[in-house]
Amino acid sequence: MPAPAQRRIIFQHIDEPGYTNDLACYLRHGGYSSLRKAVARKPEELIDEVKKSGLRGRGGAGFPCGVKWGLVDRKSGKPIYLVVNADESEPGTFKDRYIIHQDPHQLIEGIMITCFANNVKQAYIYIRGEFPEGARILEKAIAEARAGGFVGPNILGTGYGCEIYVHRGAGAYICGEETGLIESLEGKRPYPRIKPPYFPAVLGLYQCPTIVNNVETLCHVKTIVDIGGEAYSKIGTPNNTGTRILCVSGHVQRPGYYEYEVGKITLGELLNEVCGGPLPGRRFKAVIPGGSSAKILRFGERFKGKRKIGNDLVDYDWGVEDVPMDFDCLAMIGTMGGSGGVIVMDDSVDIVAALANINEFYAHESCGQCTPCREGSLWMKKISARMVHGEARTEDGALLKSVADQIAGRTICAFGEACSWPTQSFLAKFGDEFKAYPESRKSAAAPAVPLA
Amino acid sequence: MTSPAKTELVTVNIDGKEIAVPKGTNVIEAARLVGVDVPHYCYHPKLSVVGNCRMCLVEMGMPAVDPATKAPVIDPATGRQKINWIPRPQIGCATNASPGLHIRTQTPQIKDCREGVMEFLLINHPLDCPICDQAGECKLQEQSTGYGRGYSRFVEQKNVKPKRTQLGPRVTLDDERCILCSRCIRFSKEIAKDDVLGFIDRGSYSTLTCYPGRKLENNYSLNTVDICPVGALTSTDFRFKMRVWFLKQTNSLDTESSVGANTVVWSREGVIYRITPRRNDEVNDTWMADSGRLLYKAVRAESRLVAKDSLAALLARAETILRLSPGLAAVVGSGQSSVEEQFMTRQLARALKAPAYLVSRTDSGDGILVSADRNPNVRGALVTGLIDALPQSYLDELGTAIDRGEVRTVVSVGEDLMAAGLSAAQLAKVSVIYLGTQVCASSVAGAVVIPTLTVFEKSGTMVNQQFRLQRFAKAVAGPVGAFDDLDVLARLITAAGGSAEPSDLAGVWGRLAADVPALRGLSYAAVPETGVVLDSSPWAALPFVEGESLHHRPARAVANA
Repeated sequence: MPAPAQRRIIFQHIDEPGYTNDLACYLRHGGYSSLRKAVARKPEELIDEVKKSGLRGRGGAGFPCGVKWGLVDRKSGKPIYLVVNADESEPGTFKDRYIIHQDPHQLIEGIMITCFANNVKQAYIYIRGEFPEGARILEKAIAEARAGGFVGPNILGTGYGCEIYVHRGAGAYICGEETGLIESLEGKRPYPRIKPPYFPAVLGLYQCPTIVNNVETLCHVKTIVDIGGEAYSKIGTPNNTGTRILCVSGHVQRPGYYEYEVGKITLGELLNEVCGGPLPGRRFKAVIPGGSSAKILRFGERFKGKRKIGNDLVDYDWGVEDVPMDFDCLAMIGTMGGSGGVIVMDDSVDIVAALANINEFYAHESCGQCTPCREGSLWMKKISARMVHGEARTEDGALLKSVADQIAGRTICAFGEACSWPTQSFLAKFGDEFKAYPESRKSAAAPAVPLA
Repeated sequence: MTSPAKTELVTVNIDGKEIAVPKGTNVIEAARLVGVDVPHYCYHPKLSVVGNCRMCLVEMGMPAVDPATKAPVIDPATGRQKINWIPRPQIGCATNASPGLHIRTQTPQIKDCREGVMEFLLINHPLDCPICDQAGECKLQEQSTGYGRGYSRFVEQKNVKPKRTQLGPRVTLDDERCILCSRCIRFSKEIAKDDVLGFIDRGSYSTLTCYPGRKLENNYSLNTVDICPVGALTSTDFRFKMRVWFLKQTNSLDTESSVGANTVVWSREGVIYRITPRRNDEVNDTWMADSGRLLYKAVRAESRLVAKDSLAALLARAETILRLSPGLAAVVGSGQSSVEEQFMTRQLARALKAPAYLVSRTDSGDGILVSADRNPNVRGALVTGLIDALPQSYLDELGTAIDRGEVRTVVSVGEDLMAAGLSAAQLAKVSVIYLGTQVCASSVAGAVVIPTLTVFEKSGTMVNQQFRLQRFAKAVAGPVGAFDDLDVLARLITAAGGSAEPSDLAGVWGRLAADVPALRGLSYAAVPETGVVLDSSPWAALPFVEGESLHHRPARAVANA
């Protein structure tokens, strides 16, 4: 069976010849018609549409967007803020950048609709520090939109006004954690806040109720208002509605970004058909399906169990290739859809070195606020780096796993899981390679010098 | 004084023990009440909660209720309401008591959590306890023993950080020992109102430092040393001087102002090594000013007065002088003397039929723990009846009396008359009997100089700005040639022809309880460690100089509010 066709909604115009990121082009393609529709309706209706759509957040956790909006404290009398999380930093993920670079007005329209629906008067786009070009593009686009009456006071003659500010990030992965982001936006070190009591929906930016949404999520909001929540919920699969951008990197013939209805394509179809399969003469070894913090899958392993389809419990028996790319199925097999970054490794990969690479990233990015993550991430990095550099011990695998087990679930923010899941899963799936590593290092030939 | 608002009590269950605590009490404090230790580093009862050390992880559960009917769900096995336990451990410091809250601290999961955090905290810690000043009072040592595994699995290189950073004139930082709990940062920001500390770099390489161009030099900087749970922040004064387990602790008071911060004096074999604050939630919480910590230097100062003669010989000379010009004496008391000494000073003035004066010491207050009245015990002088109005800045009235020849003899109980405003010429016209501890113009010019004891060498009480009577106790013995103030005053009273007064603390308290209305029925031993607030209504109209400070709003501010 051939792989289903892409369904490009968010990426409709990405890489389209002749499509530019200015307002005129956006308007030619029907831009801001959804905002016009939105401001003609009641805000509560818009929130209902989003709830009906079943939209789940595209930033990583997959939290239902409508529920998130429903948690916002609207009785406090304080202003409500929208913070757009454009701090796209998860290794393997490169979707928001394309939206910002090539179709910024789509994002701005999504922001304005969200602000109108939630009575937000000020929105902040917190854009990753390493995206200076993206920040410039957004500034320009916001200026255009303001001149066009889509942003600023008295939008489209409705009397409703909302400003959008672009804030460049502080150059750290943790700035993408929503409460760390809020701290950073307030001008402080991005130390994630403890929850309770600092739930953004109640005590967020400047201790006011705050909605933090991912770039892609807000673009989906635009589509939902355009076609209606009911119609949107029919895209994708139940509880995994809409489309999703999958960013494939690593050892495949055609890496890149692909937009599919959620759950309508399997991992095997994506890698073998859409991405052209492994490189010549190679076989797939492992895949991380949702950004580097998601748990790794090993080709050849089987997943068995029962899952609910409609009202029925149905047996499933999947290889890695058979897993549908949706939030629930990936969670069922012990990993996650995360931010949509699919990282593929073939049989040329030294799995210990791969983990050492990931561990180095997380040790460098740990904010250092709470003990388990701060000390554990660096310890794991030191162990795996030592293994790669020739002083591996047979007990190191077990030690790595034990260190990771002391982190997950005990930290202030989800970084604890993000930095320990790779180690836990690499050890669970490739424990044999870790055990054999000291011996294999002794007999291994020096790695070939790559030709320029 | 305002009485604390009545708070709602809620019943929580900690390790099977039920206890009612005020709503909002956190789990660490609630557990303390039932004798359960929840180990922690970053949490401090007087600072904001950040929850970063993760040492206080506990299991938390709430009674199960049916979501539809809200009826309790009964566990058939026990016949009691089922508890829904949260699978992930929660931090005790940020978990507040709510009705029915259940906490478990002794489960395998929590044991594992604590062992994990302890191991993490120690892997990059230098483990240099043998040369560390904190050893003996180090939370890392204590909790490593109590909750750690006792061995290390760490074979990598430890992180290297700065070893001896001078954060300011009084605080030295060893960054390698720092466990990044941020107590010092929060203290500087929240209590000292001097936001100078912060972390740079990130992850395990995070390093405590001052903001560029700034120093930790505010008058509260040493509190960061007190609250540092490890040996990272050390007092430059105390560093490498003494192992803490050799030191004796004596409860005392900070006598630099009328705040009366509660302190502990740490001494060994008659030598004082440091002063630290003692918790009193009504006065100074857990803080004190740096300036108050240096007062012990007066004990062994170069300028310390000691007598070569016996007390009997000194008193004989004093008696001769007092007999020489009867009716022409004046007594200068001190707001730095204890309540007991002020009472005896009053008795001396009465025996001499002489007027009593008090020297005022005022400066600006800092709004925290140093008040505008730099005398610690002016209110004691009011309570004991030594004076009946607030002292004037200078002894102008006494100077005039001297110039007129109405005063020929001045007995000064601890006050330097020159510093208090008398001129050298005026001083030359009178015979001075000086009781005191330090060399000064009065001691040089004094006809009789009787060396007495510092506050660290005797026991007594003082009345602070809240009219709170507080005790201080003798930490070390006085030097040879310095005499107990009460004994000296009792003998002077006799020499002046007064009726015999007791010369020891208990005896004087017998007189105080009988003779001083505000102290009726009290005794030295009966004063609680946190002090007792006296009835201040007789002095309510006096224009006290203190402004607002921690736990004190002056009566006029309350009235204006």
